[in-house]
Amino acid sequence: MIVYTPENHLPLIAKVEAHLGERLLGREEKSHYHQFKVLAKDARALIQFLRDEPGLGFAMFIDLTAVDYLKYPVAQPERFAVITTLLSPSLGIRVQVKAFVAGGEPRIPSLADLYAGANWTEREVWDLYGIEFLGHPDLKRILMPDDFDGHPLRKDYPLRGRGERGNFPVYHATTQKPQGDA
Amino acid sequence: MGVSGTTNDWATTTLDTAVNWARANSLWPMPFGTACCGIEMMAAFMAKYDTARFGSEVMKFSPRQSDLLIVSGRISLKMMPVLQRIWEQMPEPKWCISMGACASSGGVFDTYTLIQGVDQFIPVDAYMPGCPPRPEAFLDALMMVQEKAKKGQAKSQEYVTGDASSDPARSVAFRTPDTHYRHGADRSTPAKEKSGG
Ligand code: SF4
Repeated sequence: MIVYTPENHLPLIAKVEAHLGERLLGREEKSHYHQFKVLAKDARALIQFLRDEPGLGFAMFIDLTAVDYLKYPVAQPERFAVITTLLSPSLGIRVQVKAFVAGGEPRIPSLADLYAGANWTEREVWDLYGIEFLGHPDLKRILMPDDFDGHPLRKDYPLRGRGERGNFPVYHATTQKPQGDA
Repeated sequence: MGVSGTTNDWATTTLDTAVNWARANSLWPMPFGTACCGIEMMAAFMAKYDTARFGSEVMKFSPRQSDLLIVSGRISLKMMPVLQRIWEQMPEPKWCISMGACASSGGVFDTYTLIQGVDQFIPVDAYMPGCPPRPEAFLDALMMVQEKAKKGQAKSQEYVTGDASSDPARSVAFRTPDTHYRHGADRSTPAKEKSGG
């Protein structure tokens, strides 16, 4: 097992900075990994680079999630961010790619053909945030009911919903005698 | 029930009383544990609290062979038709325990996806407060249901039952859910037509 030190990330940082140049919006040192910030259009190329570049080999997909910065006090480049976490089994380190996605009609290229694990997590992000993954083989809801309207983890979605809870018919007690074998 | 004082080998009763007594002491629970309360329900069924003393230790994950539904946990919009279908599969007479704050009222989860009390959709005989309730509270609820069963009472009898599938106004379990998950404002407009295929 390789213990995290900032030093053993230096080759990774150098390679990513050389590869992206101006397109790298920033990077941040987290507790035990580095996070690279890019715009949505550069995310897929960066992740493919991390996966395929000899000496990096981020072959393992850990997670993909999203953030809605709508009411965030600190200004961000765009409203949404899609965050992908990868692991390099050969280096023993993790890396995070934070891709900023514009609001309105949020779109980002899918990773489902690079990592099989991205398929369902992208469906989850689509379901709850409404971020469309271009090129996803089967982009449909995974948690909410199929015909649910809206994307409830967006910060402008009301906590108590928009009346979905009231749409179900309810049982009412009645004084009527039960039918059949009473 | 009257028991003879002099000789100890006979007793008189009505058939109803005998049947109700038998039912009360042999409730077969159908557990519906969807969240943390389910863990406490399992504790109540284990050796320390020993539900076998009340004749209901046989947890049946088959609604057709049980008469006591224990709803222990949060029920989401998507899960509720499943719960109601299971309830309707259980043969009469049947009882229901709503275990914990979530099942009884939605608890702290006053959100877009959570049912605010299962008693809106199925008749509940005993409510258990707590988050989660202690196993003692579970036994208390079980004894309340036993008392009801001994008197031949069940909340489900106060509701119109009949053929639920023929009256969609009363049952969501047999409806196609096309319109239910849409926004309340859309209630009057029909759901979007799905393209055939
Ligand atoms: S009442 Fe508390 S313990 Fe029970 S399901 Fe709800 S949150 Fe969990």
